[in-house]
Amino acid sequence: MTPVQALDFIRVLPEIVLASCAILVMVAEPFVSARHTAALAWVSLIGIVAAGAGNAWMRRFSGPAFGGSIAADPFASYFVYLLLLAAALTLLGSVRYLETNQVHHGEFYALLLLGTTGACLMVAATELIMIFIGLEISSISTYILAGFRRADKRSNEACLKYFLLGSFATAFLLYGIAFIYGLTGTTNLVQLSEKLSAPGARPPLLWIALILAFVGLGFKVSTVPFHIWTPDVYQGAPAPVTAFLSVAPKAAAFAVILRVFLGGLASAGALVFWLLWISALLTMCLGNLAALWQTNIKRLLAYSAIAHAGYVLVGMAAAKAAGPEAGEGIASVLFYLAAYALMNVAAFILVAHLAGAGERYQEADDCTGLAYQRPGVAACLTLLLVSLSGFPATAGFFAKFYVFRAAIHAHLIGLTLVAVLNSVVAVYYYLRVVVAMYMREGNPRASASPLPWPLGAALALSLVGIFYLGLFPTPFVRLANLAASPLP
Amino acid sequence: MLRDYLPILVQLIAVSTVGAAILAVSAWVGKRRPSREKLSPYECGSVPVGNARERFSISFYLVGMLFILFDVEAVFLYPWAVVYKSLKWFGFLEMFLYILVLLAGYLYIWKKGALDWTR
Amino acid sequence: MAFLRHIWLIPLLPALGALTQLLAGRRLSNRAVSIVSVGLPGLAFLWALGCFAELLKLAAPTYLTNLYTWLPAGPFRLANGSLAQLNVPVGFQLDPLSAVMLLIVTGVGFVIHVYSIGYMGHEGGYYRFFGYMNLFLFSMLILVLADNYLMMFAGWEGVGLCSYFLIGFYFQRKSAADAGKKAFIVNRIGDAGFLLGVMLITVTFGTLNFQQITEAARSGQFALGNGTLTAICVLLFVGATGKSAQIPLYVWLPDAMEGPTPVSALIHAATMVTAGVYMVARSNALFVLAPKAMLLVAAIGAATALWAASIGLVQNDIKRVLAYSTVSQLGYMFLACGVGAFAAGIFHVMTHAFFKALLFLGAGSVIHALGGEQDMRKMGGLRRKIPITFATFVVGTLAISGIPGFAGFFSKDEILWQAFSSPYGHRLLWFIGWATAGLTAFYMFRLLFMTFAGESRVDAEVAHHLHESPWTMLGPLVVLAVLSVVGGYINWPTERFGHFLEPVFESPFRAAGVQLYGRNDELGLMVLSVAVALAGLGYAWLIYVKRPGLRERLAEPPGILHQILLNKYYVDELYDALFVNRAKNLGNLLAAFDLAVVDGGVNAAGWLTRTSGDLSRFWDKWVIDGLVNVLGFGIKVLSYPVRVIQTGVVQTYAFFIALGVAIFLGYYLVHFRP
Repeated sequence: MTPVQALDFIRVLPEIVLASCAILVMVAEPFVSARHTAALAWVSLIGIVAAGAGNAWMRRFSGPAFGGSIAADPFASYFVYLLLLAAALTLLGSVRYLETNQVHHGEFYALLLLGTTGACLMVAATELIMIFIGLEISSISTYILAGFRRADKRSNEACLKYFLLGSFATAFLLYGIAFIYGLTGTTNLVQLSEKLSAPGARPPLLWIALILAFVGLGFKVSTVPFHIWTPDVYQGAPAPVTAFLSVAPKAAAFAVILRVFLGGLASAGALVFWLLWISALLTMCLGNLAALWQTNIKRLLAYSAIAHAGYVLVGMAAAKAAGPEAGEGIASVLFYLAAYALMNVAAFILVAHLAGAGERYQEADDCTGLAYQRPGVAACLTLLLVSLSGFPATAGFFAKFYVFRAAIHAHLIGLTLVAVLNSVVAVYYYLRVVVAMYMREGNPRASASPLPWPLGAALALSLVGIFYLGLFPTPFVRLANLAASPLP
Repeated sequence: MLRDYLPILVQLIAVSTVGAAILAVSAWVGKRRPSREKLSPYECGSVPVGNARERFSISFYLVGMLFILFDVEAVFLYPWAVVYKSLKWFGFLEMFLYILVLLAGYLYIWKKGALDWTR
Repeated sequence: MAFLRHIWLIPLLPALGALTQLLAGRRLSNRAVSIVSVGLPGLAFLWALGCFAELLKLAAPTYLTNLYTWLPAGPFRLANGSLAQLNVPVGFQLDPLSAVMLLIVTGVGFVIHVYSIGYMGHEGGYYRFFGYMNLFLFSMLILVLADNYLMMFAGWEGVGLCSYFLIGFYFQRKSAADAGKKAFIVNRIGDAGFLLGVMLITVTFGTLNFQQITEAARSGQFALGNGTLTAICVLLFVGATGKSAQIPLYVWLPDAMEGPTPVSALIHAATMVTAGVYMVARSNALFVLAPKAMLLVAAIGAATALWAASIGLVQNDIKRVLAYSTVSQLGYMFLACGVGAFAAGIFHVMTHAFFKALLFLGAGSVIHALGGEQDMRKMGGLRRKIPITFATFVVGTLAISGIPGFAGFFSKDEILWQAFSSPYGHRLLWFIGWATAGLTAFYMFRLLFMTFAGESRVDAEVAHHLHESPWTMLGPLVVLAVLSVVGGYINWPTERFGHFLEPVFESPFRAAGVQLYGRNDELGLMVLSVAVALAGLGYAWLIYVKRPGLRERLAEPPGILHQILLNKYYVDELYDALFVNRAKNLGNLLAAFDLAVVDGGVNAAGWLTRTSGDLSRFWDKWVIDGLVNVLGFGIKVLSYPVRVIQTGVVQTYAFFIALGVAIFLGYYLVHFRP
């Protein structure tokens, strides 16, 4: 094993910056008077931006770090940007929210940063134990965040459910990792890939390991049937936390699935493909069907998030089916996740604002007539929902487009057909909220106070991003292709 | 071969002797005023017999958890100590940072009043 | 070339207006709103005129420009196996066909915007109205100027959305909101057809560009009557029946009259509803290769023309009569396209835009004068009270009825002649069109007489406030009235209009039938159609003017035929029974199912909780019973609606996760193991 060098530290620069900033915020918290807690938010934001800068700077030093347990490659870099973006948007969306809900404690920001740190480690890790550590760091932070509104029953419930079921599922992942180690004698993805692709070197029980590991990761990205916690937790958790929860750990877990199942364990072809295929099918269908019933916007978005995970899995299945030409499918997944991050975080932080103090107004009916009280807010929510449903000229359209195209090129015609049908069905429930805002009369119960500026800034940023991706997707596609190419 | 284990034997004997000595001295020197509380078996501060669904003070869990946390983290010092010399300055710095982080956590819980039982 | 080079400004200008209104309109005064939202379409019109002038100077009258690649879709395999590279740009195409549409949309659109200043002046949501109207113009211009099917589809969806917003403009009225919804849903059905057609085009031609598709279709690589092309054409036409309100999807248009009258004039008469005709004409190279599809278009067009006209005979709501008339006239346009006379169809699109906009705006002026009254039974004798409205309305009525000298006469007669003489035509088609012309004259003059002639049946209170409309409203009426007269002379006596459009429509595959009929026959037909128009006029006069006792007769219970027509052949009821109620039943069924399941769910949850307590016993049982049962049970559970599993109990959730693991493992054992 090579001794640790300075280069190793440079290659985890974003994580170091984030963690340091988190510790700084946490230690400073007791010393800062309650009136000035917002300052900690800005410190955290600076930390996130600095981490982004670090991520940009370290591009010149890409390569493996810490004996091959971390890889600083374009793939990791892409996801780190994505995670930082999600964190930054969440942060902007939660400052005023925490004040209105009287839970403005600095720990929120520290936990947010730590959660991001863990997710960043996950996407950069090329070693199963490292992946697990990253997963745990991000999970434990988000468990606490889910229960951040301590006085609220539903938030507590969400926290407890997420924690119990999360540990349950993580145990499966760990079990799977243990199996892999026992069968192959290594946990390093590169070595795994070498060992497994050697002729005649397929350990007979590998399939158990694969399925168990998939369960743990499937839980994080809420694939059916491991999605079961999602609606309750997304609904109960504070809405900005849900925003973060629905994007950052999910994107990170998708990155891990890509690295592990299309990288290290790629030689176990048929089973992995089947797992991805069936999960995609079930996740899309169930997410959308269930969303049709929902009247609560948070819950509706929770099911929509499940459905979106299904579309992403379609892209993965396509990548898997395409064999050596997996690049297109992987790139489509990366693009999708970027679009999804922009849309979903923005939607949830906006819902956080609309729900008002104590998150009392979460029903679609609460938005009745909002368009005439707050046309800007209503228009903003409409655009986000429209993008989520995949209308042209928005990011959601091209996200779906590229995934479906990849699937068609991989000859997954049936799956694509189901996906297209699903996205048609989905329009209905997204538009229901729009209809409530525009077509029905009455006074909205939802908070009609003006948007606080940090939230406004976050939404503006997201919308610009959504339209940029929707109108000029080409540069970004190139970026996604670049990030997708050197998968281990 | 067996000689390698000699220090452990010495340690065992030393520990047993010191332990026994302390007990003996306190039994010999100390005064005895037994009471009901003192005679009951010690179970980490809770009543050993009765309804199991008793409510505990939240501080009980808090201190317990913090104790375990720092306890476990202290365990890391042992393997570090073994290879300390071969790691040279790098090892020193790493452990320094590690303890710094621990200290930051300690500072945090202290200022937050988590250690203050009567709060 | 300055105008053409910056043709993108034309859609951009109204878009800017829409942006201003929807973002900042609330803070602007009505005056500022009017200046911005009417001024920008005006500018767009001037720019369009500039483009038109420059287009005429070009050697080949087609101008193409690409702004940027919108959708680079990489290589993919066509239906015939070859590889194709699909790049969809944001590009504009100005050729004679789109130039005509461009001038109609911007010109008539501008005039109607001016009119709206007066008409909407007292309404709430003034800025909202103009914002949506501008947005509509933007979408419509994208539709018309697009150089490929995908962009056209984007505009197509955009105009549909704006139509939905504007029909439901008076959202406080339930009927308006319902009408909006109906329009939206019915259009969805058509749009599905259109989209499928576009997809089929993509895999057949490997491009979506009009120019390239036209060239490929005319190159001779597809045989006449090619099955794929026929399918494409039929699918596209399904899209057209939705947007252009043809049988069987016409039902939304009459209800769409719930929107403000300028909306009816602009969207539901002059521009948006003709998008289907434009699309078919744009795809003419494909249609001429699919004679069966052409026949379908012609038949549906003719049937719709007659059907809608017959309903229009008895309606009492002034706007509804005009709505059915629009459906009927759109039928004429499709009849023209279906018999291969695309130029005649577009000619009628243009003249119709003039006179139907005029009629709607005139009706709006009447409604305005009567303080919102739309029932013709409560009108009458208005000609002296609002003389200018009356005069212009007369011109519009003469034009639509096909009285010689007015615009409608020239275009309608051209269609009838083509239906009769074209190789794609048939005498039956002509006859239906001819009969419809008679009905048209009747219901239009019935409308005119009931509204303006005879004694006043206006409520006393309303009569008190009777007033002529302001000049912002009358000005547009006069302009449109002039156009409704002179519009026809563009194509007469020389066929200037037809020749102008020729480059778009000439095709080596046009069935070159024997010229059975000559110009003399055309003259004969002309006499016949004038006669039937005059007959309709006369009959209307006889009933509604000459014979007294109109008021009494209107109160009488109608006869059986009258009843059927009044109820629009009960099509709405039929659709309700066939589709809407079935959908509702499905909903109820699901709700009932839900109730049963939720009731059972309480017990089930208890059972599951207990069961998961002694999971081990469960496992044993399953292993013994065989893993196939596990699979079966699992799938059954998953296929249940989600509420069953979403009990909220953590133990149950954990159980389901464990079950999921078991199913995956079990499935592997069953299927992957040799």
